[in-house]
Amino acid sequence: MTAVEWGLAGQLALAGLGVLAALAAPARARVGLTGVLSALVGVAGAVTGIVVLSGGQGRLSLSTSLPLDPMTLEPTALGGFFMLVAGAVGVVAAVYSIGYVHGAAAARPVLAAFPAFLAAMQLVPAAGDLLSFLAAWELMAVASTVLVLAEHASRAEVRRAGLWYAGMTHLSFVLILLGLALLAAHQGGTSWAELATADPDSATAAAAYLLLVVGFATKAGLVPFHVWLPRAHPAAPSHVSAAMSSAMVTMGVYGLLLVVVRLLPGGPTWFGVVLVALGAVSAVYGILQASAASDLKVLLGYSTTENTGLMVLAAGIGLLLREHGAPGAGDAALLACLLLVASHAAFKTALFLGAGAVLSASGQRDLDRMGGLGMRMPVTAVTFGVGALGAAALPVTVGFVAEWTLLQSLIHGARPGDRLIAVVMPVAVAVVALTAGLALLTFVKAAGITFLARPRSEGAATAREAPRPMQVALVLAAAVVVGLGLLPGQLATWAHAAVEAPSAVSDTTAIRLARIDAVLVPLAVATALGLAVALVAALASTAARQAPRRAVDLAWGCGGVRSSARMQYTATSYAEPLVRVFDQALRPQRDVEISHRDESRYLVEQVHFRQSLHDLVEARVYDPLLGFVMRVGAVGRRIQNGSIHRYLGYSFAALVLVLVVVSW
Amino acid sequence: MVAVLQVLVVVAASPLVIGLMRTVRARLEGRVGAGVLQPWRDLRKLWGKEPLRAEGTTWVSVAGPITLLASSLVVAALTPLLGTAGLAGLPGDLFVVVSVLLLGTVALALVGLDAGTAFGGMGSSRHMTIAALVEPTVLLSVYALSIPAGTSVLSGIVRARLDDPVSVLSPVSLLALLALTIAVVAETGRLPVDNPATHLELTMVHEAMVLETSGRDLAWLELGSWMRLSVLLGLLSTLVVPWGIATEVSVTTLALAVVALLAKLTVIAGLLATIEVTLAKLRLFRIPELLAGSFALAFLAVTASYLVVQA
Repeated sequence: MTAVEWGLAGQLALAGLGVLAALAAPARARVGLTGVLSALVGVAGAVTGIVVLSGGQGRLSLSTSLPLDPMTLEPTALGGFFMLVAGAVGVVAAVYSIGYVHGAAAARPVLAAFPAFLAAMQLVPAAGDLLSFLAAWELMAVASTVLVLAEHASRAEVRRAGLWYAGMTHLSFVLILLGLALLAAHQGGTSWAELATADPDSATAAAAYLLLVVGFATKAGLVPFHVWLPRAHPAAPSHVSAAMSSAMVTMGVYGLLLVVVRLLPGGPTWFGVVLVALGAVSAVYGILQASAASDLKVLLGYSTTENTGLMVLAAGIGLLLREHGAPGAGDAALLACLLLVASHAAFKTALFLGAGAVLSASGQRDLDRMGGLGMRMPVTAVTFGVGALGAAALPVTVGFVAEWTLLQSLIHGARPGDRLIAVVMPVAVAVVALTAGLALLTFVKAAGITFLARPRSEGAATAREAPRPMQVALVLAAAVVVGLGLLPGQLATWAHAAVEAPSAVSDTTAIRLARIDAVLVPLAVATALGLAVALVAALASTAARQAPRRAVDLAWGCGGVRSSARMQYTATSYAEPLVRVFDQALRPQRDVEISHRDESRYLVEQVHFRQSLHDLVEARVYDPLLGFVMRVGAVGRRIQNGSIHRYLGYSFAALVLVLVVVSW
Repeated sequence: MVAVLQVLVVVAASPLVIGLMRTVRARLEGRVGAGVLQPWRDLRKLWGKEPLRAEGTTWVSVAGPITLLASSLVVAALTPLLGTAGLAGLPGDLFVVVSVLLLGTVALALVGLDAGTAFGGMGSSRHMTIAALVEPTVLLSVYALSIPAGTSVLSGIVRARLDDPVSVLSPVSLLALLALTIAVVAETGRLPVDNPATHLELTMVHEAMVLETSGRDLAWLELGSWMRLSVLLGLLSTLVVPWGIATEVSVTTLALAVVALLAKLTVIAGLLATIEVTLAKLRLFRIPELLAGSFALAFLAVTASYLVVQA
């Protein structure tokens, strides 16, 4: 057996042990043991991914009792990259779960679903044929549904979210099944290699492509299939939201890359255009909703839509450029896509885990009721801050490296005489630039309102720092965000290998896009910033000797000193100017009630202000659709009224009908 | 070497640029004004004063001003103001420059939030809204400039402009420069987007964020913001009039470059101050229209640059 085969078998065995531990271990050791075994599943996945990316090969066949070919696990470099990402996220989330899991999330079935979920996420990219892919995909969907439903007994919104999630995730499964079945029926084989012989210009390929794109886009949370994301994330326990958002959602991106790079390579131009359009709409819509959101986890959920949107946009641009005479820039765009996947995994893990720590410490998810947590939860504050820097793509985080690569590929993708590129590229740049700007506001809001200023509620005022295992996981995630931001070379080398881009010359410290002559050395940027900070800090400490800092008990605030903490800006008011600018796109519903004093209508007694934001896509697309289905159901119910006479009548009518048909 | 000189020149000159703008404004309004050196005197005064720290503020209030000034120092080092020879291993890549600038923007916004006063939050919110709308314009317009030059490295763009100075009159560069000018005005908080002289509660943006800072913290914030203005004005003027910038490093060329930069800054600052006198501050909710306009200009510039490459 090769190292890869050992790794694959190890993941399966460890996941089995994890499930067993969750079900059978004594109550005291259950959470810890399952957490440790889940972390080991993640380690096995990440190590296997690295081995595959460094050229390792292996093939694990699992025979089934079905009259089909055996299921094979045979990861390629692309799969290896996603295994690495999923494994790394799994490790951090599992360590976090040791300190975090309690109450309903510690029930046996929920606990058992976690290692199964992690293993399934690592098997999806390892799958070498249709059957194992679908099996792993379904296991991933079912296990995550169980995890989302962890707190179903105590919270009604969890049950609703579970329904949405189960519905959407199975819609995704059915579409993928149909798409792959279409290809398999046409080609007469089930392994990826056999499917890949299909002619990408044929009508079958086009139909399969559309089915697969919608199926994978649903999993990736792209607009208009994103509706489950902002519901499922707040409902799920935080280590699950982190794993779902950082790793599971990007499996949708893996699926799309699998289709366009491996199954149907060299497809017609509209393949790429579809991806660019989906990605662009998702990125802008996602970040707009995120910037207006005032629930921390909903905000992060929408920001996931933005990030997957950017990944898919990059993939689409990569396809277009590769086929339109700019292979260097195209490779850079695909590289950017994978870097975005890795960076999103890193910072979103830090953010969701941080959100979980805030949630369990303050009992609040509503940003409008937080504040001042930076003093009480310093570790969480700093790690969440690092994650927010990554999400805002600022130096020196891995988010910045990814966005830089994407922008470079766009700059160098200018093609003379190609009308399509001339239209697509400026739009893509505008989209990336707009999302970058809005992401900045969103994450300043998320971090600033949560951790700075004065507490806006009792829960926030009495919050305590998270337990040790959670802190370890948070620091780990933040260290990856900064570490990869400083030394992105190895990651870039792996990503190069995954997209099979030639001329990958990267050392550990730099990203070199050799074919388009662009180089980024984040360490140099960090050194320059560090020098400047050291210089100013040295000056400050010189000055501090003559004029030391003096503590005063109240901020000045233009004299409004003794105002209550509720007079501060909240998340809602922070985003208000922006919501006003994008009023037409967001359509917030506002209720303002002013009650006057009895003496005079010029004297205001109270003002009530209520603002709610509804997802426009949901209101305009899903509500009518669901309404229609419900109406059909209501009509269907009319023929089922429970009366035994009526059912006997139905049977009789059916018998007569059969006899008539037979005697025809 | 060039970078260090640039930083020194910008640090020395940026308070003078502000002083000049204030003096021009004062004279045009019929006042005498405090003189060109007043910002330097203010800085010296703030340096010697003790900063106050309100209860409940975090380390962000201490680190934020330092970060803002540090980001301005790095931007001053990376932007080709005196010479086109960049730092080894650290090319003045446009995206790097913009993101380092944004690091300062974010630091300032967090300082505004830290004390938990109504005004701080208000300024921070407005500041970030404007920044969120300005960033696309900045990226797009310099992107438009970089397509004809074939590189996103600023010194490369400047060098291309030196080789072909007439290209400033091309539609791409006119549109992009116009958009960039509006973006610079908005980003540095000048009229008509923000009135740097106001302390009227309902209209202030920048001033609202720095209300709680004092002493040397305030000095860092002020100097950092002034440096941003000088660097961006210097970049703008270099993109329009590239002459004088040193393409090779020697004492004479650098001395000439310093003189040229100071001359350019004087002219453009005087011009900006004169225009400001004639403008009233826009209502906050009219600002997005202005910024959307500049975004549209930048977008047109990008589209035009593709057409130019095609031709």
